[in-house]
Amino acid sequence: MTSPAAPNDNAPFARRFVTPEGADLGLVLGTAGDRAAAFLLDIIFMVLSLILFSLLTLAIGAAAGAKDFEPWGIIWLLGFFVLRNGWFIVFETGPRAATPGKRVLGLRVAARDGGRLTTEAVLVRNFLREIEVFLPVMFLLAAQQAGDPVEGWVVLLGLVWTGCFLLFPLFNRDRLRLGDVVAGTWVVKAPRVKLSADLAAGQTSNGFAFSREQLSAYGVKELQVLEAVLRARDKRTMAAVADRIRGKIGWYKAPDERDEAFLQAYYAALRGRLEHRLLFGHRRKDKFDKA
Amino acid sequence: MNGDLRSHRFRAEREADWRALERLLAKAERGAVSKLTPDELMRIPLLYRSVISSLSVARATSLDAGLVAYLEALAARAYFFVYGARTSLGARLVSFFRHDWPAAVRSLWRETLVAVAILALGTAAGFALVWTNPDWYSAILPDALSQGRDPTATTAFLRETLYKDPKGQPLSFFATMLFTHNSGVSILCFALGFAFCLPTALLVAQNGLTLGALMALFASRGLLPSLGGWLSIHGTTELFAVTIAAAAGFRIGWAVLFPGRLTRLEAARRAGRTAGAAMAGVVVMLVCAGILEGVGRQTIRLDWARYAVGGGMLTLWLAYFYLPRRGEDPK
Repeated sequence: MTSPAAPNDNAPFARRFVTPEGADLGLVLGTAGDRAAAFLLDIIFMVLSLILFSLLTLAIGAAAGAKDFEPWGIIWLLGFFVLRNGWFIVFETGPRAATPGKRVLGLRVAARDGGRLTTEAVLVRNFLREIEVFLPVMFLLAAQQAGDPVEGWVVLLGLVWTGCFLLFPLFNRDRLRLGDVVAGTWVVKAPRVKLSADLAAGQTSNGFAFSREQLSAYGVKELQVLEAVLRARDKRTMAAVADRIRGKIGWYKAPDERDEAFLQAYYAALRGRLEHRLLFGHRRKDKFDKA
Repeated sequence: MNGDLRSHRFRAEREADWRALERLLAKAERGAVSKLTPDELMRIPLLYRSVISSLSVARATSLDAGLVAYLEALAARAYFFVYGARTSLGARLVSFFRHDWPAAVRSLWRETLVAVAILALGTAAGFALVWTNPDWYSAILPDALSQGRDPTATTAFLRETLYKDPKGQPLSFFATMLFTHNSGVSILCFALGFAFCLPTALLVAQNGLTLGALMALFASRGLLPSLGGWLSIHGTTELFAVTIAAAAGFRIGWAVLFPGRLTRLEAARRAGRTAGAAMAGVVVMLVCAGILEGVGRQTIRLDWARYAVGGGMLTLWLAYFYLPRRGEDPK
């Protein structure tokens, strides 16, 4: 989403989400890949925190000169318990409604009905992780210890059964996992997008003058590809694109003409033309659009 | 081309508002909502509306994809803030304890009765099995949990486990382990409900079996009343929590199995709302049970006092959940 690509790039995962003010926020759902990556990151973070926490209790216990490690063992056990069960819940009830893993991937949890994300919903969606993740892992471990074939078959059936829960998100449009279904939540993309500079700023023709025909060569799609090219500022791409455009509109390159300057000027002029037509109700989709 | 584009001028005019909203949101999302001045808090909804209107204008008139993407992301972020929360945590807690939690538990009464029945049946079965043939004991209770409490142990040792003061510490490692284990069981009880109720029923029954087996063992040495005290001081709270968790699981599994007129998705969501409030309560109950088990049981060592605490807690919970109260329609 950070790249200013055409908005319907994410079409299969874009959802209409109309605010009470009547604007469609155009929310995009997190893909299964994003979700899995966020989950793995969270697991890694959890393990790291656990190691850190273990070392810390050990160090403090040793520093306190305790002969008896039982109290520290208790503190460790409680800490482990809170970490295992509380990690997702604490972070998702926070103001960003996202665990660190989700934050890295630019995701957040939201209520499907657009209302408030309640603590109860967060509890439910995370408690159900037990059967989505914990049970399959348990069956996997059991599989290694299965002695006789009957036990093996039981474990295999269990694995298949719980595997259905794990893979559930792949079988529905909204990528809901069981916890989302029951809690009435879904996971949407909430990227931090920086406001990038306006490429048309200060481009008052700059010595370039394009005719109306030259500005009718392209539509909105090409304009936004050009925008992406200008923002990426890759020299070779810009040269190639500039040559293509010059060829298409029949522009003769002046000897001291820089590709970037040419592209910027053309971008500003084309946007001006297309936006002008937009005001009159013509949105020219792309270069094949005859409107 | 005369001068700047319209869309560029539009952006120049509105940009300050967007930036201001971005700053306020960043501050709020760092968890510093309380640090926002009342003025700033009042500004957020206004700025949010201005961004929404900017977004509509930009979509209609600007072809700057970067700008539209920025406004979409900002509007969504602000939307979640403005419509996401924000009764204060205190107010939410008050409403949870005064209304949501007992109401949720009350509405689960049928499921709770079923869970209690299954637990009782399991306990009776476990007791009967071990009573008639002690060999069953090791099949029901894994060694890790029984920790030497098995039919080969001496009566003196068994008595010791009920009253021993483990090195004078209020919260022994074993009690903590039991607490985390039992909390895990409650959560699993709830989660398994989704799988059409049956696994939850099995898990509750299995817990009953364990309980019954333990009771049979101690009863065979004439220690049943003492065990009752040892169990009930925290057990009434803990087992109640487990049955409510199971009931919440049943509610969800039932809704998925028999959604009635609703779609399965909607039925599951509605069941989830009740179950969620009940589960939040279960967490509170488990913490209470943990404190009772870790501190109460090690310091209170008289049977009658243990029974009194256990019975008192049970009465408290029952009264809290089921006594009709003013201002609520009796269903």
